[in-house]
Parts: sequence; structure tokens; C-alpha cells
Amino acid sequence: MHNSIVLVKQVPDTSNISGKVMKDDGTVNRSKLSAIFNFEDKVALEFALQIKDECGGKVTAVTMGPPRASDILRECLYMGADEAFLITDRKFAGADTLATSYVLAEAIKKIGSYSFIFAGRQAIDGDTAQVGPQTAEKLNIPQITYAEEIIGVSDDRVKVKKKIDGGFEILESRLPVMITVLKDAAQPRPFSAKRVMAYKGAKSLLELEKMAEGNSLLYVDKLVYEYKNRSLFIPTLTAEDLQIDFARCGVKGSPTKVYAIESVVLSGNDPERIENSRQGMNSLIDKLLEDRILG
Amino acid sequence: MDEFSNDIWVFIEQHGGKPADVSFELLSKGRKLADTMKCALKSVVIGDDVKSLAIETFRYGADESYVIDHHDLHHYATLPYSRILNELVDEHKPRVFLFGATIVGRDLAPRVASHTRSGLTADCTDLQISNVTYLGTEFKDLLLQIRPAFGGNIVATIIAPDTQTQMATVREGVMEMHPLPLPHAVKLVEIPYIPAEFDQLITIIEQHRQESKVNLKGAPIIVAGGYGMQTKEKFKLIQDLAHTLGGEVAGSRAAVDAGFILHERQVGQTGVTVRPKLYFAIGISGAIQHRAGMQEAKKIIAINTDPEAPIFDIAHYSIVGDAADVIPKFIDAYKSKLK
Repeated sequence: MHNSIVLVKQVPDTSNISGKVMKDDGTVNRSKLSAIFNFEDKVALEFALQIKDECGGKVTAVTMGPPRASDILRECLYMGADEAFLITDRKFAGADTLATSYVLAEAIKKIGSYSFIFAGRQAIDGDTAQVGPQTAEKLNIPQITYAEEIIGVSDDRVKVKKKIDGGFEILESRLPVMITVLKDAAQPRPFSAKRVMAYKGAKSLLELEKMAEGNSLLYVDKLVYEYKNRSLFIPTLTAEDLQIDFARCGVKGSPTKVYAIESVVLSGNDPERIENSRQGMNSLIDKLLEDRILG
Repeated sequence: MDEFSNDIWVFIEQHGGKPADVSFELLSKGRKLADTMKCALKSVVIGDDVKSLAIETFRYGADESYVIDHHDLHHYATLPYSRILNELVDEHKPRVFLFGATIVGRDLAPRVASHTRSGLTADCTDLQISNVTYLGTEFKDLLLQIRPAFGGNIVATIIAPDTQTQMATVREGVMEMHPLPLPHAVKLVEIPYIPAEFDQLITIIEQHRQESKVNLKGAPIIVAGGYGMQTKEKFKLIQDLAHTLGGEVAGSRAAVDAGFILHERQVGQTGVTVRPKLYFAIGISGAIQHRAGMQEAKKIIAINTDPEAPIFDIAHYSIVGDAADVIPKFIDAYKSKLK
């Protein structure tokens, strides 16, 4: 039996970003971008599900993000996660990787015992690859980054193939361990139709609050009770629930600040046009020889 | 703050005693930053039998070197290496700590930043020292950490005004390496390593590493092809031209994804950064991610069928035409010149 925690992130689709989506403070106005499940985190979830298939245990997905991040938590449930936690609070907004790892580490301590923490190597919105190792350090557990394959799992150890510069390594780690995975490491399984039917109505606390808007608080409590009974409740943890140091969360707890943002502009260089002819080539080669670029 | 708190440190990555290029690139950059800040530049070398490597760092501008030399530290391993650095940073509190943005650097730096609660910026492409006014407060000599963000569409300058140690990982090949004629100073500080049980939680069962034979970074002439080359067959023209000129073959990410060329020859944001004397961009549209890896070439020749291709905006010479037509003409002309 091995329980796994999987760190997942909803990310803006960064394939097409303009200055219009940046806020004045240099952070991204995520509400203006379409949001997707960070692919490497899906691969991480697949790793956890494979370990569950083989050894038994529970798979718990965790995300820190705004309320709408519960979209990807539902996707985790569709793929096979047993439970999915939303870590959300206004106090967490604007967090850099250090503040994020603090909150995640505290949340993980609250969620319970585990043999594995899986995460994608990096998220496409920042490409930093920092949150996994930073979280592992805070939990005082070993880490294997850039994992390509789980070779074997025993009661207290795991053997992993990982990428290194110029090759690969096979490492054996004691459990628990943090493992961050590369995108080609596994093919995430498709949603199970049965699970989609079962969990499409799953809701976080914030979503239930929204449903109850205009009604009494008691009504939210009742909704939570009902959703819990039907296993459709996405547990939601706030800064208060985690009893953590607010000064280490969000913008306040983030040492790195965006000082300036510049859109990359084309240099507007005017190249010298060379005719596509023998003569053109001759003149080009002459110029290159003259400038001692060639020869 | 003690008297050492203004130092710039560079982590020297090594494999079997051979340093990673990026570490010496960082020393050369660190030297300039240290001169601006009027502070010391220190190298941190961890490994097995690495004293001579530590001494080599003086030739790239280090004033002092911390050496942690122990048989158990032969191969990079996250736990002992990060524990050593955590303790060193806790004790000496450098002002700046730089790492290469390699797999090792990106594995190691975040653990140290997490432990020491330092600001850490990943994958920088430039570093500067500047006085900064941020939210109405003035800060002297902050490290400006410049990196592409959001798929390369944006360049962000990151600062960490409130932490003692400003940490950054820096991409390989973007800083230039400058060996000095004479070593800067020679001061080795040996730090003992005391193995701990925690360090042994992970063991290396096997390691397979092959030094890449490709040296794009050092090549004076690079001939690069893109997706516009259409087929692997046609991509051979790129090799022909490179062969004729004595240059190296390279490709854009699209060419790698299409299987025309191996990843180790990819130029651009997710590949290698190069600055050759001459760069041919053939059938490469010039996406921002590619330009990031080659725009500092001394001369750029772009060949493309599309006269509107963005690559022409950074090229010095433009040839509108099909590679299958242009390349043989160029090769012919070149060969007859040499006669």
C-alpha cells in the first residue's frame, strides 16, 4: 500500500500571450487567458495511478490556485484520483515559488501520510521547476527530479530512472520521496466515462457557496454535508484552515518581485537583400570574405 | 550582517572533475558584477579530488574558493550537496549566489533557496547590478535577474529586494567566458564534509553519461535548417553547406520535432544558445524562441521562400528563395572562389 499526493496546477495557455494580459504590477491577469491542466502534472498523476494499480493505496491530487482551479481537480477525479484538495485563499495570490512551496508543504502535512509526492517537472507558465524541490526541502524528504520511469517499488524504496545532462541515472530512494516527472515519461490515461458521470458534479466549498448565494449560511453547511455524503465534495483549505504564517504566503511571502516587463519587439533590422542568382551569391561571398567572416 | 555578507558566489558544477562550461561563464559574469559591487567573487566547488578545479576558478576571476572535497561527493547527489550549501549560506550569507540552469543547477538551487528563504529566479539570460527604487523604497546594488517569460513573448526583470541572498540559475551559453592571463588570487578555503545518514537516503545504482561530441557553442560557422526544409532528404542540403564551409549543422525546434536533426543540435530557447561569426537560418521562420538562441551571431544570413518571414528582421543578409535552389548556387560560387 502506497499513498501518493500529486501536485497539479492550472496554467494559462502560454502559446499566445500579449502585453494586454499583464497587470500593472507585472503579474499575469490569468482571468484573461484560457486555463489548462499543466501537462506534466497529468503525467505525474498517471505515475501515481500506476503505483496505485500495482500496490494499492490512495491518490490525492492537490492544487493551490484560484477557485476556478477546481476544474482540473475534477479532471483528476475523472482520471482516477480518489480525492482532490483545493488550496485557495486571497492571501495566497501573487505567490512566487517560495511562498507556493510553503503553503503546499503545510497543506501536505495536513492531508496525511504518503509514500510519494508526484509533480510535473515544471509548469508552462513559469518554467521554473522550483516548486517541487522547494516543497521537498520544506518537508525534509529526498527528491528525484526529471524522472523518466519508475523501475520498481518495494515497501520502503523506489527505483527511478532519471534524466541527467548527457544521459540518465538509476537512483534508489527511501520513501517518502518527491518525484518530478518529464512529459514523455508516461501517457496520461483518458478520463473514464464512468468516472466523468460520477464526478462531473463534484464541487469545492467555494462553488457550493456560490450555489447558496443569497441563502443562509446554514444552507451551505447543508450542501457540504450532502456533497460529502455523495462523495462529490472537493475539500477546500484556506490560510486559516492551515493555521499558517500569513507573512510567508502570497505576495507578502514572496521574495522575488517583477520589477519590469517588456514585450519582445522585433529589432526592425533592414537586411541587405541578396539576389537569388549566381551573381548575388558571388557578391555575398565577397562581402563575407572582406569582413573576414569567411576564409 | 558580517563583513562577508556582500559576496557573489558561483556554484561550480563538475562531472568527474571536469567543470560545466556554464560555471566558468558565470564566473566571468560574476567578476564583472563583483567589480561593480566592489565585493569578492567566490567559487564553491563540491566533489571528489577537485582542488585543482578550485584553483582553475581563479583564472576566471574568483578571489576565493570554498572547496568541499570528499570521496562520497564524487557524483552529484541532491541531499549531500544541498545540505552542504544550506549550511554554507546560513553561515556566510552571500549577497548573490549563481548556478547554471542545468539539470543539476535546477535540482539543487531550489532546495537551497527554500531552506534559506532566498529569492530564486530560474533560467536567467542576463544579470545586472543596479540601484532600484521599488514601491517607493530605494535599494542599492540589487541584482537584476532578466529572463524570458511566457513562452519567450515577454522579458521580465526580477528583483529580490528584501532577502539577504539573491539567487539565480542562468542559462548555458548566454554569458561569455573570459579566461584571465593571470589568476586573480589564490585562496582556497577547505570546508570539511561530515557525512550524515540523511545524505544516504538516495543511492546511485547506475549512471550513463556521454560527453556530447557536438560543440555548437564553439563553432564559428553554423548552418541551421528549419521546418521549411520539408523533408529529411532535403535537410541534407544543410549538411552539404555546413560541410563545404567547415561549419556545424543545427536546427530549429520544429526541425528537431520533425525528426530532421537530433535535439543536441537544436538552437533556441529550449536548445543551445550560440554566438558564431556566421549563422545561416534556412527555412526557419524566426520564432522568438529560435531567435533567443542565435540573435547575437555576428552575421546572419536568412534564406526563406516567404519574404515576410520574421527571421528577416534580424538577418544581415536576406535571400528570398527555395533552399534547394539557393544552397547549390551558394556552394558552387564558394567553391569557385576558392580555386
